[in-house]
Amino acid sequence: MTEPIVTTRALTKRYGERLAADRVDLTVRRGEVYGFLGPNGAGKTTTLRMLLGLVRPTSGEATVLGQPPGASAGLSRIGALIEGPGFYPYLTGRDNLRVLARYAGLDDIAVEAALELVDLSGRGGDRFRSYSLGMKQRLGVAAALLGDPELLILDEPTNGLDPNGMADMRELIRTLADHGQTVLLSSHLLGEVEQICDRVGVIVAGRLLVESTVADLRGQASVLVRAEPLATAREVATNLIGAERVSTEDGALRLSIDASSTAELNRALVLSGVAVTEVRPVERTLEDAFIAMTKTREEIPS
Amino acid sequence: MIASLRAELLRLRRWPVTWVLCGTWLVLNLAFGYLFNYLSYRSRDGSGFAENITDAATARVLLRHLMPDQAPITLVAGLPMFGGALLLILGAITVGSGYGWGTWKTIFTTRPRRHTALGGTMAALGIVLAGLIAVTFVLDLIASFTVAAAESQPTTWPSLADSAQGFGAALLISAMWMAAGVLLGTLTRGPALAVGLGLVWSLVVENLLRGVAGLLGPVANVTDVLPGTAAGSLAGAVGALTQSDPNGTPGVTAVIGGTAATILLGAYLVLFLAGSLTLTARRDVTT
Repeated sequence: MTEPIVTTRALTKRYGERLAADRVDLTVRRGEVYGFLGPNGAGKTTTLRMLLGLVRPTSGEATVLGQPPGASAGLSRIGALIEGPGFYPYLTGRDNLRVLARYAGLDDIAVEAALELVDLSGRGGDRFRSYSLGMKQRLGVAAALLGDPELLILDEPTNGLDPNGMADMRELIRTLADHGQTVLLSSHLLGEVEQICDRVGVIVAGRLLVESTVADLRGQASVLVRAEPLATAREVATNLIGAERVSTEDGALRLSIDASSTAELNRALVLSGVAVTEVRPVERTLEDAFIAMTKTREEIPS
Repeated sequence: MIASLRAELLRLRRWPVTWVLCGTWLVLNLAFGYLFNYLSYRSRDGSGFAENITDAATARVLLRHLMPDQAPITLVAGLPMFGGALLLILGAITVGSGYGWGTWKTIFTTRPRRHTALGGTMAALGIVLAGLIAVTFVLDLIASFTVAAAESQPTTWPSLADSAQGFGAALLISAMWMAAGVLLGTLTRGPALAVGLGLVWSLVVENLLRGVAGLLGPVANVTDVLPGTAAGSLAGAVGALTQSDPNGTPGVTAVIGGTAATILLGAYLVLFLAGSLTLTARRDVTT
């Protein structure tokens, strides 16, 4: 789980004046689902393109499965879906995969297995142009799965899928990871990343702001307290845990403490004559963490 | 390369466009090479479609070109302009569409190196081309045999050397135009502009330049070595009637000799293919 299979060092892509990726250092370890998270236009796709050798970096380095990006030896062990599926519209789904299987030196059995995995066997004989957006996306994932690659690089894999399709896709990705495949996926959907990823890298305006586990990114849990009078409650809490861990939010107190300390806090408040109406643990969502992080980023000009 | 070739042959075989373009060429070749000329010949007495072929000498020349031993020439005659244009379209959309559809992106992340993948496409197009020229030749032989039989003419088959020469010239001319299409498709990353530019060049610009060259001597130095001139000159050298002859084929010329035309066409072919490969291997693929 700790062996890195994708590493980049100061990976940079400049288009004229604009830095699409700015000194990105990321590490994907074997067996994990790594979420590459960022708003649209943050540089996710550009970075993934560089990892696959589609785009040449302006500077910096990358190693994928021990190979430079785009090397044949590396690509044969990677399955990728980048920025929407690219297929021949006049061929059937099955024939499209057959063409790719020939390119990859695989047999047609691999094609049937891949169609089966994304639940497209029944529609494999229909032309690609007649597919719905979701089916096209699933065929894209099937193409990535051809030949059982060690590493899957999926750019927004749930794009265009309906809620059921999204759930199926997430389940498929988790299943693949459980079977030992490493998945590097990009997404702008925080909930999605939170559900299926082991680790995340957050990229904003081309810069990788943080790389950590989902739990670490969420940070410490806090406790919300509603009490009257609020000023007295705040004073009691400050005396107990220190001012830096107490904040006021929407007429309530937000305290950076473990949920296990709530009993002691409650007792102290009650003994000071404060009427406590609500005490509950609040878990910060990835969205909160993300918004806080992107705000910080905007406040500090680079 | 073999893997890429197999992949490309599969998708070209299943592509209706391949069949439409090849079929169009076969129909045009038979129509302009045999059907219209034969109808003109048959109506030489003024009772039919053409009323201007009244003298026996012209009629004899017309019939002479419809005989089986002339089939290698008929095969080549239509290629410098019309056949070439159709094959340029096939080359341009085969490569150019891959950028619009995103299939190059998919293929370049599959396994083969880029020049191997494009090399496979070129090889597959080459096989399609060789097959098409072979079928055209066979159909021309059948058509000419039919005319000879209908007109009670002795059947003289073309010699092996003439057949090989005609086949080789046809292959070189059409491969050069197809490679031009491949280069245009690569340069413009799309089918529409590539086809448009290619057709304007092959059907219009070269002819206009040749017209200008007639007025301005130095321009002729340039027009003499253009791809269309080389293609037309090779067809002329093989024996096709030039566009200035009565009943000649548009695009066929006698500006430069056969050897020079062959070398020039070979050079263009290599240049177009090498240019496409180099550009494809080096560029960023962002669509």
